[in-house]
Amino acid sequence: METYTAMRQFADSWGLLAMALFFVGVIVFTLRPGGKRQAQEAASIPLKED
Amino acid sequence: MNYTIETILIGVGVFLAVLGAAFAQDSLFQAHMGVLAISLAIGFILMLRRINFAPAGAGTAALVGGAPSESEYFDEVVRYGVIATVFWGVVGFLVGVVVALQLAFPDLNIEPYLNFGRLRPLHTSAVIFAFGGNALIATSFYVVQRTCRARLFGGSLGWFVFWGYQLFIVMAATGYVLGVTQGREYAEPEWYVDLWITIVWVAYLLTFLGTILKRKEPHIYVANWFYLSFIVTIAMLHVVNNLAIPVSFLGSKSYSLFSGVQDALTQWWYGHNAVGFFLTAGFLGMMYYFVPKQAGRPVYSYRLSIIHFWALIFMYIWAGPHHLHYTALPDWAQTLGMVFSVMLWMPSWGGMINGLMTLSGAWDKIRTDPIIRMMIIAIAFYGMSTFEGPMMSIKAVNSLSHYTEWTIGHVHSGALGWVGMITFGAVYYLVPKLWGRERLYSLRMVNWHFWLATLGIVIYAAVLWVAGIQQGLMWREYDSNGFLVYSFAESVKAMFPYYVLRAVGGALYLVGGFVMAYNVYMTIRGYQRNEAPIAGSVPVLQPAE
Amino acid sequence: MSILDKHAYIERNATLLLVSSLLVVTIGGIVEIAPLFYLQNTIEKVEGMRPYSPLELAGRNIYIREGCYVCHSQMIRPFRDEVERYGHYSLAAESMFDHPFQWGSKRTGPDLARVGDKYSNEWHVQHLNEPRDVVPESIMPSYSFLKDTPLKVSNIKADLTTNTEVGVPYNQEMLDNAEADLKAQADPNADTAALLARYPKAKVGDFDGDPNKVTEMDALVAYLQMLGTLVDYSSYNDESGYR
Repeated sequence: METYTAMRQFADSWGLLAMALFFVGVIVFTLRPGGKRQAQEAASIPLKED
Repeated sequence: MNYTIETILIGVGVFLAVLGAAFAQDSLFQAHMGVLAISLAIGFILMLRRINFAPAGAGTAALVGGAPSESEYFDEVVRYGVIATVFWGVVGFLVGVVVALQLAFPDLNIEPYLNFGRLRPLHTSAVIFAFGGNALIATSFYVVQRTCRARLFGGSLGWFVFWGYQLFIVMAATGYVLGVTQGREYAEPEWYVDLWITIVWVAYLLTFLGTILKRKEPHIYVANWFYLSFIVTIAMLHVVNNLAIPVSFLGSKSYSLFSGVQDALTQWWYGHNAVGFFLTAGFLGMMYYFVPKQAGRPVYSYRLSIIHFWALIFMYIWAGPHHLHYTALPDWAQTLGMVFSVMLWMPSWGGMINGLMTLSGAWDKIRTDPIIRMMIIAIAFYGMSTFEGPMMSIKAVNSLSHYTEWTIGHVHSGALGWVGMITFGAVYYLVPKLWGRERLYSLRMVNWHFWLATLGIVIYAAVLWVAGIQQGLMWREYDSNGFLVYSFAESVKAMFPYYVLRAVGGALYLVGGFVMAYNVYMTIRGYQRNEAPIAGSVPVLQPAE
Repeated sequence: MSILDKHAYIERNATLLLVSSLLVVTIGGIVEIAPLFYLQNTIEKVEGMRPYSPLELAGRNIYIREGCYVCHSQMIRPFRDEVERYGHYSLAAESMFDHPFQWGSKRTGPDLARVGDKYSNEWHVQHLNEPRDVVPESIMPSYSFLKDTPLKVSNIKADLTTNTEVGVPYNQEMLDNAEADLKAQADPNADTAALLARYPKAKVGDFDGDPNKVTEMDALVAYLQMLGTLVDYSSYNDESGYR
């Protein structure tokens, strides 16, 4: 029961926070100004000659 | 390459399989090893013939027209993969129609080998793992080489992945018919087949990751992200869910490591994520490459695709417990599963919008290009089933829908609509490219396939939706005196017309599959059907005004 | 911008992409599944639960082999209609010896979690032989081959031993008598006192109507007849199981 409580508490505090921050980080990074050009380049990869 | 060592290894495999059959602890293992020995012996003979008559891979060279060099893409394995996809697809749909008919007409069960209980896993595995798996392996090998501008890593490792996977399919399928099963849905193969597919899967990961590592393109295109997460996650799920101890190393029976509640959650954590990562993430990889290619324009928003990726893999993995609502699973786990399932709606629709909007500015292609139309309906079905799914994961809805035909209808709108249609689109794109044909044998047949399949799905999903709700309501209906109105048998009887209609829907889809197989066959043979072009597909010269 | 630059690195580094996506997908599983192994009420013991007798286990393996779980659930949800139709809702403890679990996901046929004792042995044999003889609406396949197939378990003791390895508490006495218990349970003339001491409430006697041989039908019916009968609900306190 001790292990369970400890895991549960970690999961719904720091664990949750870390996951949320990671996710926000991904969104911020993807939508950052200046990312657009890079994204356009990447999006055109399949359309180059094959 | 003469594949001498490979041939010897297969020969050793034949010998070991015969030994396994000879010393088997139970008759099922004996029969199954016999199947293995025969399959490997066929492979062995074919390889021997190759050594004798085909020096230095002449077969390969003849097809692509020149000696293959390191700089070229390794496409021969993709060609085999496409043929295997079409073949297993038709087989899987056929078994599906058979089991659908068995539900309507129980006399069609032929005991013991062809009873519903043994054929149903054959159907699900044939469509998910044989049809879907081959489609994923073939397209991922194609896409990763093109988007990385590098030849497939590992030389003939790609062949090992392909043939190893076919052997897995044969062993799994024959096992079900014989009665070798773990009794875990979508993970029925027994321990030795599980071990084999693990080896093949690691080889698959190596080939795929190795190709990414030696790429010439600095950025890893997002389709490869989806493919990679699919390969890695499936490996993890497969290993954990199939932890079991065999009774004997020469016997077919094993007992799972976990029991009861723990086993149930492990199984549905696997089961749901097989849907999430095998049937969704993998096929999204397909979407992010083939839709832009066929449309001739980049994906609508590349940045949305990155958010789509992280959100999807983050949320999907939590959704498994919605398969166990109101069971003996603790409440908090059920609620957690429900919340994440509902949240999953957002990234799913983000992806759908991204796929659909790729056509923005070129919407006329839906009218003029049947292949694009196929891909677009696939994305539309993706949107529909990812709306229905979160809805069904809400506990109140689930209390009605669970255990009924509604679930089956939902699964098929995703499997036939999304997985099937996006694969057909990719196959139609790939076949002319891979065999160096100017175009498909017939675009009008693609159009036929489109309408047969769409009509089939609509009938199937609508019928089972109504059937499921009726079934759920009949089970819980009380009369004014507080008695249950219907016996269970009455609810079974009420399903008869729906079962017949669902078989009709499935049969239409199967006919569509045959049309595709014929079209692909004729394209590979190099024929072009003499037919009028699709209206609007050829620019008509307008007189100057 | 330092963190953001690092994410750019993820996008260009295959190994990192692999590791971070694996991390993201592992967490969900760990948080949801791992606690179940520590949580009291998922592993609580309920009065009456015991491991399957050798014949029941052999029958259960036939149940799995034939894919009964694709049409029959073994999980009664706590709804008025289900409890009235099938009996007391299922407890976590009732499947604690099930390797693997057979809760199922579809009711093409009725739930079987408490089918034990509901029908006679003769009914089960007739029903499995040709379901439409007793339930005209049934769409179940017939399983008439079961009564003609002798029960062949090469080494039932090995099956029980493997079960102990995954945590089922078979004791030494049960292991030593596995072979004898398997035969005795389906033999109407056998002395079953010791068997019943080891496996209380086990159904004994001839099941398939042919006392001369032990068939797969015997095993399957023995299994079906014990399903859901172990826990005595007249003395079970519902509140002790609330979570």
